[in-house]
Amino acid sequence: MMDILNILLSESFWAASLRIATPLIFGVLGALICERAGVLNLGIEGIFVVGAMCGWMAVWLGAGLWGGVLIAALAGGFFGLLHAILTVPLGLSQHVSGLGITLFATSVSYFSYRTALPNVSSPPRITPFQPLDLPILSDLPFLGSVLFQQTALTWLALLMVGVVWYVMNRTALGVAIQAVGDNPDSVDAQGLSVYALRMGAIVAGSALMALGGAFLTMSAFDAFFFGMVNGRGWVCIALVIFASWRPGKALFGALLFGAFDALQVRLQTEMGALVPGQVFLMAPYILSIIALVIAARSADYPRALLTPWFKGQR
Amino acid sequence: MPEQVLSLNGLSKRFGSVVANDDVSLTLRRGEVLALLGENGAGKTTLMNMLFGHYLPDAGTIDVSDEAGRMRPLQLGHPQAALAAGIGMVHQHFTLAENISALDNITLGSEPLLALRRDRKAARAKIEGIIEKSGLKAPLSIPVGRLSVGERQRVEILKALYRDARVLVLDEPTAVLTPQEADTLFENIKAMTNEGLSVIFISHKLREVLAFSDRIAVLRHGVKVGELETSAADEKAIARMMVGAETPKVSRERMAAGAPVMQLKGVSVVGRSKRDTLQCVDLEVRAHEILGIAGISGNGQNALAQVISGLAVPTAGAIHIVDSEISKPTPQAMVSAGVGRIPEDRHREGIVGAMTVAENMVIERLGDMQVQSRGLLRRDAIQSNAKKLAKEYDVRGPGVTAPSRLLSGGNIQKLILARVFEHAPKLILANQPTRGLDMGAAAEVGRRLLEARERGAGVVLISEDLDEILGLADRIVVIRDGQLTETESHDRERIGLMMAGEAA
Amino acid sequence: MIRIEPRNSTSRAFALGIPILSAVVSLALAAIPLMLAGANPIVAYGEMIKGVFGSVFSISEMLTRATPLIFTGLAAALAFRAKLWNIGAEGQLYLGAMAAVAVGSGAFDVPGIILIPLIILLGAAAGAAGMAAPTYLKIRFGADEVVTTLLLNFIILIFLQMMLEGPLQDPMGLGWPQSAPVLDQGMLPPLVDRMRIHSGLIIALVAAGIAQFMLARSVWGFKLRAVGENAAAARHAGINVNRSLFGVAIISGGLAGLAGASEVAGLKGYLTADLSPGFGYTGIVVAMLAGLSPVGVVIAALFIASVFVGADSMSRAMGVSSFLADLVVSMSLLCVLVGGFVAKYRIIRADTGKAAR
Repeated sequence: MMDILNILLSESFWAASLRIATPLIFGVLGALICERAGVLNLGIEGIFVVGAMCGWMAVWLGAGLWGGVLIAALAGGFFGLLHAILTVPLGLSQHVSGLGITLFATSVSYFSYRTALPNVSSPPRITPFQPLDLPILSDLPFLGSVLFQQTALTWLALLMVGVVWYVMNRTALGVAIQAVGDNPDSVDAQGLSVYALRMGAIVAGSALMALGGAFLTMSAFDAFFFGMVNGRGWVCIALVIFASWRPGKALFGALLFGAFDALQVRLQTEMGALVPGQVFLMAPYILSIIALVIAARSADYPRALLTPWFKGQR
Repeated sequence: MPEQVLSLNGLSKRFGSVVANDDVSLTLRRGEVLALLGENGAGKTTLMNMLFGHYLPDAGTIDVSDEAGRMRPLQLGHPQAALAAGIGMVHQHFTLAENISALDNITLGSEPLLALRRDRKAARAKIEGIIEKSGLKAPLSIPVGRLSVGERQRVEILKALYRDARVLVLDEPTAVLTPQEADTLFENIKAMTNEGLSVIFISHKLREVLAFSDRIAVLRHGVKVGELETSAADEKAIARMMVGAETPKVSRERMAAGAPVMQLKGVSVVGRSKRDTLQCVDLEVRAHEILGIAGISGNGQNALAQVISGLAVPTAGAIHIVDSEISKPTPQAMVSAGVGRIPEDRHREGIVGAMTVAENMVIERLGDMQVQSRGLLRRDAIQSNAKKLAKEYDVRGPGVTAPSRLLSGGNIQKLILARVFEHAPKLILANQPTRGLDMGAAAEVGRRLLEARERGAGVVLISEDLDEILGLADRIVVIRDGQLTETESHDRERIGLMMAGEAA
Repeated sequence: MIRIEPRNSTSRAFALGIPILSAVVSLALAAIPLMLAGANPIVAYGEMIKGVFGSVFSISEMLTRATPLIFTGLAAALAFRAKLWNIGAEGQLYLGAMAAVAVGSGAFDVPGIILIPLIILLGAAAGAAGMAAPTYLKIRFGADEVVTTLLLNFIILIFLQMMLEGPLQDPMGLGWPQSAPVLDQGMLPPLVDRMRIHSGLIIALVAAGIAQFMLARSVWGFKLRAVGENAAAARHAGINVNRSLFGVAIISGGLAGLAGASEVAGLKGYLTADLSPGFGYTGIVVAMLAGLSPVGVVIAALFIASVFVGADSMSRAMGVSSFLADLVVSMSLLCVLVGGFVAKYRIIRADTGKAAR
């Protein structure tokens, strides 16, 4: 018991939690934007892979770290656009299209990686984002070392929580996105384009998701591996329900998940002798399912989620 | 003569082989209320959708007056253009997002989307000014999902006025209101027309058209068949214009009620919202009797229908069908007990659109030996049964092996009637059975219900159309806030007050 | 202005033509990545065809590859028919495989006539349990089965590693994470001498035939179709929707479990953590290409298996990454989706005025 308490009070634990949470923050925010507009985006898992691969590849080819971030976002937006075309004007099954995007984005990434680097045994490394060390602030007790061990991408993720909250709640665009996810006719009757709003939201959301992937290869690690996304996208789909489609709660959910994952790693090293390590590895996924089960009954799904809308048919 | 504000010139629209509008011309004058009258399917809504830019006409033009009063052609097929020209439309099905406030709904689309800030103060001031002038009161800050139906409708009108509409189109605005609420609405409209607004209101209710409009235009089968000043109108003549012949009146003979076929004793349902809630309800329906349930939509009709359909399990109370108690209410138990159910939304609950007409005709009776043996479908028997029923109940369409979604609304209802009446139910639940049907099909439904009553069935008729209930029901019960109150007489005014909760 | 309107009916030619066209288009599109990888597409297609149909052996390889895909394709097709989104066939496959080695690798040393049915039954049961759990969570708590089945895939894979390093580990395996081999009498008999094709294929074909018959002709299938097409109307008509969902969940999970059991007891003989190269996910593509028809699943599985086997062989000959196969498979899913749209709707230019509503 004391051990757990010691872990929970340590700065390195909270720093690790925030680090693990970062890709999820991007992913949940991205999923949130798509679903608020009424479209489920199961392409998220594949878009993570694309973001991870493109971001890394761009840096490896010399685009610079922020160039890599930009390219990852563009690539994510591209696959988002594909999903948007299939699900919005064509109104196809959001489930199947999303899974198709995941399979397609993943295989494009893997194929491109293999084609670019046919004969490497160990993946080439890049110099990833380094922790931001701000003078004075970094010397703050506890918080200083939790926050200022993080890289610029984590800061970007935290910033995006605020941005998404502001846009959703304080701008006309955000109100329109919320409306189109509740009743597309309300938007159409006021002369706004349902298609443009939904497609724009999916593209923007997908770009954010891709940043979650980029964080993996450009901050958490320094190379691209097959299977490195490992279900993080799916976790985000569960977390967005848990977060009831609110940016603040999304941050909370991602942090909770990150903390749990960090705790799991530490417990594994301490108690590894008693319990097989896999029990701890499973725990975050099980936690996601539990969170989903708890949140599901009271979940206030966007009313038009999964329902296609066609112009002129009411 | 006041100046013109709108003129539709020779509009035509066809959908495939169906002519929805044929060479329709109309003019609207400043400050005038024009009633557009016609049965379901006469082409009223199509005409207005062309005006609003939702449909593109095959032929014809539209002119609208600009702010200076000059008539200018309207760009067709563009809702944006219609909005900009000062045309506002209140659809029959509200187009409101329920998760945002009335204020947000009203300002939606009138602010620049990419601006970083919104001027909510100015918007609120403008809306409050409009409310002041028109009397259309509605809470502005809470999510629309929590507003009443009447309030939502006022928000819809505010939406149009906020955009400086000079022409307001109201599609069946009173369908969801009590008679008193409807009166208030028309008073508000009068106040607005005095300010110079022009109104087209679409209706099939002769009574209110005669009471509130200045001029009447009648559509039938997509053609304008008459246009006259309301002061010179004669109810019978207009009715004949609408239908093309005498209204098929269903006549109801007096009949002595028999033994009870359904009793609800202290039945309660705890639901998520008001429409799903019943509070300790007692209700008895007898053989040879049609019991009408009148009320504003969303007052527990849904809960009552669900209980009788077997879809909701009461949290308290007992249900008796004929003389046995239904201890475990399920749809299956209700069907076996002899309850025939005509659901409110025939597309959503009545049929499985992708399955064939024949399959939909047996879907409630999959356990019967005529339908299956040892778990396998008897396909020949199912088909011959369907052919027989389709003939008997006049279900027209591309055949019994075609997907049922290809049937028209009226024929889908006939399919459901066939499925229900074929097995001589002792109790019939008819929930909004004529909604959206044309007069012929509606009269057929009424005839079938009366026939069943004659045969000895009891009927529960839930309807938001008070005229329908007054015409068919032997007894009328008003539902309000999940509670039932029996009325003493068929007095329209009094029932209206009870629906609004204003009569003791 | 362009408008989208539903067609009144979809002709049979469309229903059959679209998957075939999708398959062809996705293969044709593969020319782009092939050229980017510096290969001559025509030569590459030639290598692929040779790799699948070049010899009896290669055809046998293709059929062997198709066997698990028929199972997982059926699993997805039946569940999707009821609008139950079982994306967890990958995990259920491993549950079936674990059950197969748990009973088959020496726990019961009984004759094959008993052991083989036991392996098959328990494999199916384990897979069924793997889908029953998320379906229960859906019915009882409203937890979205898409997410739960997806997450369960990861949980089960980790659980598999735990088992392969623990109770199921082969004591003679020098510490490798692999199970003990299935007893000889427990192995599904091969169909052709000295080839890998095994009688799992027969079981898969029989399963597809039964599924096709039950879907069209039985009350069970009637209910399943009604629930999938319009659950509200099915419930109103007295069909127990939850029971139908649960029933199809068991069948669907069971079929996925069979895929695992048949791979272990028909092909590999023992279980490792890389038994399936994503058969569960590919099954979804198979089902969609098949238009969710069980007989179609067989044909679609043969196509997808050909792509994999052909790409493997092309990859060895020309040095192009075999991820090309995954690329073709995912593109065929997207193509068939778009094709389904073309079959269901037509796009008309509204200003011609020939609109039909």
